[in-house]
Amino acid sequence: MYRLTGVTKRYTRGKETVEALRGVDLTIADGDQLVIQGPTGGGKSTLLQMIGGLDRPTEGSVELDGVDLARIGETRLTRVRAENIGIIFQSFNLIPTLTAQENVETALVPLGVKPAERRERAAEALRSVGLGERLGHAPSEMSGGQQQRVAIARALVKKPKVLLADEPTGNLDEGTRDDIMALLEGLWREHGLTFVMVTHDSSIARRAPRLATIAAGRLTLTEQQPYGVGAYDGQIAH
Amino acid sequence: MFGIYLKRELGRRKKAALVIALGLALGIALVITVDSVSAGMTQAQDKVLKSLYGLGTDMTVTKARSAPKAGSSQGPNFKFDAKSSGSNKQSSDRVMTQGGQALSSSLVGKVGAQKGVASAVGALTLNVTKVDGSFTQGKAKSSTSSSSGSQQQGGPGGGTSSGGGQPQVQGGGADFSVNSYSVAGIDVTNQDLGPLATSKITSGTTFTSAQTNAKVAVVGKSFAKTKKYKVGSTFTISGTKFTVIGIATPDSGDSTTDVFVPLKQAQTLGDAKNKVTTIYVKATDSQQIAAVKKAIQSHISGTTVTTSADLASTVSGSLSTASDLATSVGKWLSVAVLAAAFLVAALLTSAAVSRRVREFGTLKALGWPSRKVTRQVVGESMVNGLIGGGLGIALGLAAAYTVTAISPKLTAQLGSGSGGGMGGAGGGPGGGPGQQSASSSMEIALSAPVSLTTIALAVGLAVTGGLIAGAMGGWRASRMRPADALRSVS
Repeated sequence: MYRLTGVTKRYTRGKETVEALRGVDLTIADGDQLVIQGPTGGGKSTLLQMIGGLDRPTEGSVELDGVDLARIGETRLTRVRAENIGIIFQSFNLIPTLTAQENVETALVPLGVKPAERRERAAEALRSVGLGERLGHAPSEMSGGQQQRVAIARALVKKPKVLLADEPTGNLDEGTRDDIMALLEGLWREHGLTFVMVTHDSSIARRAPRLATIAAGRLTLTEQQPYGVGAYDGQIAH
Repeated sequence: MFGIYLKRELGRRKKAALVIALGLALGIALVITVDSVSAGMTQAQDKVLKSLYGLGTDMTVTKARSAPKAGSSQGPNFKFDAKSSGSNKQSSDRVMTQGGQALSSSLVGKVGAQKGVASAVGALTLNVTKVDGSFTQGKAKSSTSSSSGSQQQGGPGGGTSSGGGQPQVQGGGADFSVNSYSVAGIDVTNQDLGPLATSKITSGTTFTSAQTNAKVAVVGKSFAKTKKYKVGSTFTISGTKFTVIGIATPDSGDSTTDVFVPLKQAQTLGDAKNKVTTIYVKATDSQQIAAVKKAIQSHISGTTVTTSADLASTVSGSLSTASDLATSVGKWLSVAVLAAAFLVAALLTSAAVSRRVREFGTLKALGWPSRKVTRQVVGESMVNGLIGGGLGIALGLAAAYTVTAISPKLTAQLGSGSGGGMGGAGGGPGGGPGQQSASSSMEIALSAPVSLTTIALAVGLAVTGGLIAGAMGGWRASRMRPADALRSVS
């Protein structure tokens, strides 16, 4: 369970100070799905970084199962990320020189999983996202949708408690977007993950059970009617 | 994962990897070349010193140079008999101890007894100047009664006397040739140390230990050739007839000694009973040479002790110039090129890390600890360094091989004629440092031996270069925050 209390993040550049987040309070229960929406520069990616333990707030606390990610040491924070948090990036962020299988394996390296098991688990994760035939392909040999599927497999291979996605369909066409959203929806339900996604796509945001809108660093929460399995199967309304 | 990732990354950035590796290779090749050429110079100097100084000799002891006494003559003095026959053949040997300075033979034992001295032998070096020729007497003729036919003999040298009525000397003259050569009297009971130690007997035999006072000689190869001496030939020095029992060929260069005879014979020839000009000393431990020198100097007064190192400092000529170049310009050039290569490698690695911000940020976001990211960067850099090292070793070996194949000739001169103090080193067996102002010149072929130490040094430099570059890149990568991975997308 996440509990964010009074999270403020300020960036200082020279004499100028920008407040990206202003006293954000937020609770996310285990297994919840939350979509964060907002204008560019509104602070949504910054909030995702705080939740993912990728950055620390200037003020406030970010508790994950009672552990304040803002206070623990760097080594422990790295360990929390490695064990509990899967992240999907807008630009996929795959290592260009590694194959799909090797890219997925990178998520298991910090956990000390032995190579043979690593390879097996990576292959299984790729099969689960429909890329069982593409294990040895380099990112450059795959389409955007396929690359994002590799990134999803990489995020899920370690069986995390939390899945964070930063505009996961931002670089995809509509058809692929729906495929990816359907996949994420299915995996969220299948694995019982806590799923937090940042998007600027209103059609996706409207269908989330909980919607957090962030503008000028301030957060507004909206409870929406949740969708069932298959909600994203080509049915997104525009 | 480490190996696969490393291999793929280096494959992706072949050009950058090659630039880094070539930069390091150039620096390392230069270090190997300079180091091997320097080693070749040292070997050449050793050859020069050994040939002039004695194989296994760590130092020599000679009499301290003293000012000549007033009125004493330093030059040779020849005496010829004036005889009354028409043509007088004259021959005279002038035998002088080299440098005119000699030590008592008893000092050999005293030096040998010093702490740290393994063995000591004495040698007496003589300069023999042989004057051969003849006088022809002139004829005295009276200018007033030339028809009388009366003649008076003139003195040697002929010439004429003038004056009316006085007899006139006509004709007459002198025809002399002067030859000088060096003779070393050696301790036949210990030939491993001393002047003959640097030569091999290539014909005949050397002295037996029983020939302490035998009238036998070993002659240098070039002297034998000039004089057409062979084993069994005889020749005379100052009235003493010697039989050639062996021909000695110096290990390198030209020998500065023409004739070797038993020490007692040399002492008789030089009228230097119980005298030696040089004591050759071998130390028990090469690390103790300075201490042994000090001990001899403090316990035996009136002597000059010269070590190989002292003598080496007096080597001049192209060998010395090249050696100076190798140790000064070559060394600093290597250092400069290496430093530049390290810097370029570090900057390129750092730049590569900058281009991979998202990559490293992603890995950190996935939970890779900083040390794993750093290890990856350092690993890539180390492989670059080792490739550079391998190329550098190959280039360096090729350069060293080329130098050895070409074998440029270098000239070494010892004892440049400065005379006083430590200058004028040696000049040859028995001469001893500071005893002789004449210089000795040798031609040495330069080689560039590459030792395992040099190879180890090259590998060490390659690893160091890789580490320096990797440390800089790794440091940057380790400081990178995982948030950068997301921010680079925004």
